[in-house]
Amino acid sequence: MGQVLVVTSGKGGVGKTTSTAALGAALAQGGQSVVLVDFDVGLRNLDLVMGAERRVVFDLINVIQDRAKLSQALIRDKRLDNLCLLPASQTRDKDALTEDGVARVIEELQSNFDWVICDSPAGIGRGAVLAMQHADIAAIVTNPEISSVRDSDRIIGLLDAKTEKAKIGEHVAKHLLITRYDETRANSGDMLQIDDVLDILSIPLLGIVPESQEVLRASNLGSPVTICSPKSVPALAYSDAARRLNGEVLEMIIPAEKNRLLGKLFGRRAA
Amino acid sequence: MVVILTDTCTPFRLVGRSHVLFVLVPQPPIAVWLAELDAWVQGSQGFFGGKPLLLDLSKLSPTKPELVALIAGLKTRNIPIIAVEGVDPSLLDSELPPLLSGGRASDADEMAGVGPATAPAATAKHPPEPTTLLLDKPVRSGQSIVFTNGDVTVMGSVASGAEVIAGGSIHIYGTLLGRAMAGVTGNAQARIFCRKFNAELVAINGLYATVNDATSHLCGRPVQAWLDHELLQMRELN
Repeated sequence: MGQVLVVTSGKGGVGKTTSTAALGAALAQGGQSVVLVDFDVGLRNLDLVMGAERRVVFDLINVIQDRAKLSQALIRDKRLDNLCLLPASQTRDKDALTEDGVARVIEELQSNFDWVICDSPAGIGRGAVLAMQHADIAAIVTNPEISSVRDSDRIIGLLDAKTEKAKIGEHVAKHLLITRYDETRANSGDMLQIDDVLDILSIPLLGIVPESQEVLRASNLGSPVTICSPKSVPALAYSDAARRLNGEVLEMIIPAEKNRLLGKLFGRRAA
Repeated sequence: MVVILTDTCTPFRLVGRSHVLFVLVPQPPIAVWLAELDAWVQGSQGFFGGKPLLLDLSKLSPTKPELVALIAGLKTRNIPIIAVEGVDPSLLDSELPPLLSGGRASDADEMAGVGPATAPAATAKHPPEPTTLLLDKPVRSGQSIVFTNGDVTVMGSVASGAEVIAGGSIHIYGTLLGRAMAGVTGNAQARIFCRKFNAELVAINGLYATVNDATSHLCGRPVQAWLDHELLQMRELN
């Protein structure tokens, strides 16, 4: 049986979909079979980030309502043939998701893939709760700023209360993925420090992804950053995070862009 | 009201005492109401803390089997019902809690019939209630911990947007970012201690304070808060 990973955050715009695509691609590049499931019914984005928007015929809701078979709705990635996408419906809303339907789809995916990665919608509503429902592992995507940290804290509380694991007295393994980290701004006090975030959320760290143009470029190209520029700093951060998901113990590096040294020198000279 | 009969050689005391009781008012359908109760209790761990409650059945008008099942269901949730009200007395028997009416009854005659018959039996059955609630995990944003029986100790942090409400003192070994309200049952001796203070609000016995210019120097420091003659005081712990 494959593992179910939910990528969630509470707050919107922190990088859930980008991280889902990058982590999924990194796991697939490592040789495992991966399916990405978009739970953001009505506001789907994962198909765009994966560059599959023109290949969507059937979606998650069609499968839940038995209008299509799972195999008809799955879109195989053109770059990695062990990576698949199950898109959300753009024309429906979260009420179209049913508990039984989600349970059935996740179970079927689990028996066919090593990793089932659920891209949660923002918020704490029905969509977010159903996305985390069957998770074994959660990656909580957080930006180093107080509103994102507080929303993540709320989501951790929900993971401890509303998931299937919580209902049978077990725990979802929770990992923190810090995105859009900017070392200079953190040092100057414009942003929370990593230690502050860890102190508040008190869950283990999965990775630190820097704020980077590469990530933006990858999203616009419709290609996960780990495929589109595998040597870039954010891609390396996601690759390390994917290896940690498989239980590897790696040293945590706070990533710095290559031009950071120059940036610092210029910064000092200007001051 | 205390009546002491001193004429006899073994003094027999009748004591009238008024207690504040929580009243539960179940609404039909009962399964939905119980599910809501469960969800609510989950969000406020230790709120009932085995405290006895009064069950107001005026909205429900249950049959006898329904009533027996409801009281048994509440008992399994560690919510003991000491009395019911708003129900036909003919439904009740010696197995079910006694009927209470009139709300503020403190008549010595009535107490003689109700009080001694139930109260000692209840205390004999249950071990003494715990007076401390210990939480090993952080209190997350959106969670509310209510424990009116005594002190609350949190081993982790209390997040922004979370709250801890205690009848006694509150001890937080992590960072206090949310709200802490101590002594809510009227205990002016209660205090609040935290290893790192960054609270949104602290309150003792209903007197509250938020961080202002006078207290902002305490942020990030270990702090205790207490009441000094109706004034909420805060100072760095050392």
